[in-house]
Amino acid sequence: MTLTAYLIVAAMLFALGLGIALTRRNAILVLIGIELMLNAANLNLIAFWRFGAHAEPMTGMLFALFSIAVAAAEASVGLGLVIAWFRHARTTDLDEMTRMKG
Amino acid sequence: MMHAAFFLTFAVLTLAGAVAAALLRNLVHCALSLTVTFAGLALLYLSLGAEFVGLTQVLVYIGAVAILVVFAILLTRGSGSLPRQMLSSSGWRVGWLAAVAVGFVLVAALRDAPFAQSQGNAPVVSVKEIGQALMGPFALPLEIVGVLLTVALIGAVIVAMPEKPMLENPVLKNQMPEKQGGAE
Amino acid sequence: MNLNAGWASTGWTSTLDQIFVLVQHRVAELFPPVLQPWVAMILGVVGIVAVFPAIFALTTVLERKGLGRMQNRLGPNRVGPYGILQPMADAIKSLTKEDIIPRSADAVVHFLAPVVLVVAIFLGYAVLPVGRNMVLMPIDAGILFFFAIGASTELSIFMAGWSSRNKYSLLGAMRAVAQMISYEVPLLLSAVVAIMMTGSLSPEAIVAAQGGFSGVLPHWYVFTPWGFAGFALFVVAALAETNRSPFDLPEGESELVAGYFTEYSGFKFALFFLGEYLGMMSIAGYGITLFLGGWGAPFSFLAFIPSWAWFFGKLFLAIFFFIWLRGTLPRLRQDQLMNFAWKFMLPMSLLNLLVAAAWRFLGEWLGAGVGAEAIRWLACAAVLGGTYVLLGRAMLRRQKIGPRSYRYAE
Repeated sequence: MTLTAYLIVAAMLFALGLGIALTRRNAILVLIGIELMLNAANLNLIAFWRFGAHAEPMTGMLFALFSIAVAAAEASVGLGLVIAWFRHARTTDLDEMTRMKG
Repeated sequence: MMHAAFFLTFAVLTLAGAVAAALLRNLVHCALSLTVTFAGLALLYLSLGAEFVGLTQVLVYIGAVAILVVFAILLTRGSGSLPRQMLSSSGWRVGWLAAVAVGFVLVAALRDAPFAQSQGNAPVVSVKEIGQALMGPFALPLEIVGVLLTVALIGAVIVAMPEKPMLENPVLKNQMPEKQGGAE
Repeated sequence: MNLNAGWASTGWTSTLDQIFVLVQHRVAELFPPVLQPWVAMILGVVGIVAVFPAIFALTTVLERKGLGRMQNRLGPNRVGPYGILQPMADAIKSLTKEDIIPRSADAVVHFLAPVVLVVAIFLGYAVLPVGRNMVLMPIDAGILFFFAIGASTELSIFMAGWSSRNKYSLLGAMRAVAQMISYEVPLLLSAVVAIMMTGSLSPEAIVAAQGGFSGVLPHWYVFTPWGFAGFALFVVAALAETNRSPFDLPEGESELVAGYFTEYSGFKFALFFLGEYLGMMSIAGYGITLFLGGWGAPFSFLAFIPSWAWFFGKLFLAIFFFIWLRGTLPRLRQDQLMNFAWKFMLPMSLLNLLVAAAWRFLGEWLGAGVGAEAIRWLACAAVLGGTYVLLGRAMLRRQKIGPRSYRYAE
């Protein structure tokens, strides 16, 4: 398989993640969309690591590993925020999160 | 030939999971189909020869992130199926339009990118080399990630903890919405 | 592989040692060369799929008989001589039972949960060395593979509990998942010491590193201070990870009917049962690989006995230990369980990492010699033992007797 095939899969995954993040009303689903976008970026990193011209064979892979670690931290804090908001407002619906509106 | 078949299977699995997460109505089903996407991605990494990253993907995403998402869904009482109008926000047509446009632009740009046809020779990286790189040239990023994860751990616990003092504060207490319903 | 010093590499002992490998090669040679690796792979898979469920069947009857003896009764003794054919009767019973799916259940997820569980657990055996040269898939990151696969079984347990639409199932599943996540951290960290000392994530390399003998005694990791502490922590975490007594809260019969598989019957129930025991055996197998020398013989003069016999012998000992504990210890409470994981297991396993590193560098500084070895031994054992006593005392002193408080459950 060529690099293009992997990159196209990643691009489609990114678009799907973006669609979920933009359209769904539930905060957890929006987080899921963001996770999908991050994963698409990871797939790109690994695909370039495999097919690219590499002066340093380790860099691309370690970039992906660090990205996974950061994504895990992001997910835990994001879901913690959703739960904290749920304690206050008893909802996870983003369209109802209007208390900061002037 | 073999590799192409594997690639197609894994790619279809990955994208099917994402599509299901976008369309299903039950939140837990969305989370489970997200797991399918994660598994497909792990298989793609393995097929690219990135064994360590693929296994880390399974350990972190399926073993931790998916479980976290599922826990969050249950803790926010979101496990039932939602009615259709509750599903998407008011501007969902614009949102999907934007997403599809982004997808098209990306795919179109990739199709005639100059680097795209490169076959490259697969780099062979053993786990030992990864470990040595993490302890050598990448020691500083590793430390920073360690600090980040610790901060995220503490932050998530503090954010999600019930705020006792606020409940006892009479001024704030009046502003709090009434608690509804009991346990599930 | 001549890493094992006590192993005579000639004659019938080595033939017996390699008998399964030889059979695999002979059968594969009957096929055209293109197919040979595939045939060899399939034969290996068939071996795993045949042997471990057979041990599972044997374990169920041994467990019931052993528990019976511990409780002053006979246990099953009607089917076959001494009740040894009881698993056959159980299998026929569970296969012919009606398969009930609750009306409100999520049928697809309800069906997928046991399948995913059993498939994931079988995958874990792929990198387990059950004898010399006897590993199905010798990959570089074998231990990581096992932990990744083990982490994904949690999701199938959640699927089972959630899809049943039953309070007890959901509570059992949440308990199981919370417990498995909490104990996965010490489990991983306690395994890391063996990986650190070997310098490899490959189970075969870890077994090979424990291969030599000094005098008649082997170089197993469990005979070092950090190895012993790591092994003890690994055993406790493994008990919790497999939901075995005394950590069997997720399926506490007196509280939750049967936990996450309350709503399962017939074949799917049997799959859960199988998955649970296979999980127990695979985690025991990895414990043996990491700390107990894998397929190595315990004394140099016993090295003529085939390596696979040693592995399965150790596995049966581990299974007996699991049964023995089940007959001995009462079940923990949820808050005790969580406190123990986060306030005792986690600090101890982190400390053990430091001790293992200290052991390594003390060895370099002090040099060889009996005196230096003794100093290193005593220093590491003193740090671990001291912390164990202090931490245990502190936990006991802080324990307040009173009604339990629900902090996160509301």
